[in-house]
Amino acid sequence: MSLTGSAPSHFMPPQASQIAVHVDYLYGFLLVASFVSCVMVIGGLIYFAVKYRRKAEDEKTPYISHNSTLEFLWSFIPFLIFMAVFAWGWWVYHEMRTMPTDALEIAVQGQKWSWAFTYKNGRSSGSEFYVPVGQDVRLVMASTDVIHSFYLPAFRTKQDVVPGRYSNIWFKAEQEGDYQVFCAEYCGDQHSGMKAKMHVVSREKYEEWLGSEPYKDLQPVEVGRKVYQSRCVACHNLTDQKNVGPGWKGIFGKMEKLEGGTEVLVDENYLRESILDPNAKIVLGFPRGVMPTQAGQLSEQEIMGVIELIKSLK
Amino acid sequence: MSSASGKNYLNETTGLWSWLTTLDHKRIGILYMIAVMTFFAIGGTFAMLIRWELFSVGKNIMDAKQYNQVMTFHGAIMVFMVIIPGIPAFLGNFILPLQLGAKDVAFPRVNLMSWYCLLTGAGIAFFSLFYNGVDTGWTFYTPYSISTQNGTILMVVGAFIIGFSSILTGLNFIVTVHKLRAPGMSFWRMPLFIWALYSTALLQILATPVLAITLLLLTCERVLGVGIFDPKLGGDPVLFQHFFWFYSHPAVYIMILPAMGVVSELITAFSHKTIFGYKAIALSSVGIAAVSFFVWGHHMFVSGQSEVAGILFSFITMLVGVPTAIKVFNWTATLYRGSVRFDSPLLFALGFLFLFTIGGVTGIILAVVGVDVHFHDTYFVVAHFHYVMVGGTLMAIMGGIYYWFPKMFGRLVNEFWARISFVLIFVGFNVTFFPQFILGAMGMPRRYYDYLPEYQSLNRISSVGAWTIGTGFLIGLGVIIHGMKRGKIAGPNPWGAKTLEWQTSSPPPHENFLVQPVVTAGPYEYR
Repeated sequence: MSLTGSAPSHFMPPQASQIAVHVDYLYGFLLVASFVSCVMVIGGLIYFAVKYRRKAEDEKTPYISHNSTLEFLWSFIPFLIFMAVFAWGWWVYHEMRTMPTDALEIAVQGQKWSWAFTYKNGRSSGSEFYVPVGQDVRLVMASTDVIHSFYLPAFRTKQDVVPGRYSNIWFKAEQEGDYQVFCAEYCGDQHSGMKAKMHVVSREKYEEWLGSEPYKDLQPVEVGRKVYQSRCVACHNLTDQKNVGPGWKGIFGKMEKLEGGTEVLVDENYLRESILDPNAKIVLGFPRGVMPTQAGQLSEQEIMGVIELIKSLK
Repeated sequence: MSSASGKNYLNETTGLWSWLTTLDHKRIGILYMIAVMTFFAIGGTFAMLIRWELFSVGKNIMDAKQYNQVMTFHGAIMVFMVIIPGIPAFLGNFILPLQLGAKDVAFPRVNLMSWYCLLTGAGIAFFSLFYNGVDTGWTFYTPYSISTQNGTILMVVGAFIIGFSSILTGLNFIVTVHKLRAPGMSFWRMPLFIWALYSTALLQILATPVLAITLLLLTCERVLGVGIFDPKLGGDPVLFQHFFWFYSHPAVYIMILPAMGVVSELITAFSHKTIFGYKAIALSSVGIAAVSFFVWGHHMFVSGQSEVAGILFSFITMLVGVPTAIKVFNWTATLYRGSVRFDSPLLFALGFLFLFTIGGVTGIILAVVGVDVHFHDTYFVVAHFHYVMVGGTLMAIMGGIYYWFPKMFGRLVNEFWARISFVLIFVGFNVTFFPQFILGAMGMPRRYYDYLPEYQSLNRISSVGAWTIGTGFLIGLGVIIHGMKRGKIAGPNPWGAKTLEWQTSSPPPHENFLVQPVVTAGPYEYR
């Protein structure tokens, strides 16, 4: 899997959005200016230190207390440079944060540790979502638990997703491809697993995807596999190894020990309850309160699919 | 001189109890040295574990939950227990009264109490390990820190108490500087280390209470369910970030200003030349301290604070760059036509300048708001602040230890091994953290337990560098212990330096000066 689909150039991800090129110009300027300043200061330092190294223990040094002209210049010139890059950065930020009025809007929901996307026509999607190339897109983002941050490196943009309010981010994709979404604000155990993939496609392909039935002609177990990939993979796996939550292989039909010593048979009803009300019964050895409820997030078809998937993993 | 009679602060009284109840600022300085070095060893061990886990994609030695705890402990220990007390409370305690020509700090009992505050706070913070640890990161961002079920409260209470250690030390230094200067020592005749400690002390007493209040509110919210930061209770999580950074940004200068003071001393002492632009360096310390109160929002460019706020904070942050640049230029100019001797303290000072310059220019890059949106919360930020805090502050601490070591223990360290330790730390540091700038530019977010395969090669380089640093510090520890026991006798002023602490014997007598020194000129009269 690649961050971007193509190799990063000059150590930056590709410039896939309208703003990326502006950010990179400014960053390029800052890099060059930084490099020149470092060479001047560090070079001067090493040069003076070596040239004026002590040759005799009783050497006398000149008493140079200050030089007003020099000191004014080396205060004022950096000040001018700082003001210039500040103003340039302001302009880029202004372009980045001025929301377009007629953008395509997608609702984004962040929760530990997955992203979900809902379109205006009701089409919803898990960790993979689609946007059309060349169109302004605005994401209206909310979190159900803690602070997350929606980060698209190839688009040079990022915004924290704060519970209790909506945050906005907008972009215009300039080239088709698959782009990585990260969570950039620390949010717990699977913070680094909270990823999504954004597919930038042509308008036709986008329309086709938007109108498609996500689970058409799929068997329940295949539906379950899709749901697993988009919502469950950060914490569960398909082996019998424990991750944040239990691995799914071989748990169906097993007796599990619960907190408090009672036992429960893992059957369809237990799995359903664990998906919709995860804290109702906690298996011994797992922390309480980690898994968020999936009630209202998964359809009956999807819940059944997940249960079928678990049943199939013997 | 007291050394003739063989009495000095180390052997004036003996026994563990005499150390634990001492009111002598020099002994308290040594107590801080032991505490800080111990915490540094623990925090450093956590750093090694982090780099081990990040050596390869996937799980290496620990699971995600353990990693997050290790990351939290590394950050919290290094910030609250090592870098903040490192220079002021350890080197400052020992040197400040000596440089002022005073017998002690103004409030010796308060001074001892602040050491016990540090130990108590640290003890409580470590105790959280028995309550499932802490996994919030050292920033305790809400609402995560409210919802996560473990020993967060203990860590927060620990940080609260350590904060008092910092406040009390700051208070002590301010009063000492105002009231206990030697006759003839006007403000403009104070060494630059004193100016730096004075500016730091102002920050400590003005900013740290805000952290204390914030942590108290967080505790109220967790224990009593009072809605302040948690949106579920009607609170605002971004408010916490404002409060937190209102302390923690000035805290960054609590960490770096004293380091700048140490470097001023080292540069002038090892070039045997008066400092260039004394007033500019002194006033820029105060200037940085003042402006640092108004830049906290640059930690929050993508947090959801208003765009106007973001632009204002970007502007004010640029203003901090100016006095910082002035200092760097002044140090460079001091070397011009100097008589430079490359002992290990100067190597660390030059290392400081090299790394701090890189940390500084990348700070400017991050202050440019349109660019920071990409770099925020990536490894670029991690690299930047390690260049400033480790490359800056820790290099200065090491330089300061080797510089004042003869004064503290009356002996010289083994110069050869001290230089080896410098080279390993310096090279290892760049190998560790320079690749992290690139990782950040490539988009790797910070606080990641696992990463995409394309980040692996740079992470491996970084891990190898970290182990090199670890080796360098272990050798440094050996150099210090060896120097204490077997180092060559140093004499009162082995470097030929001019500030007052070098005019008394090494180690100094209990009362510092047998004859009250009288000051008739500036601190760096190399003529």
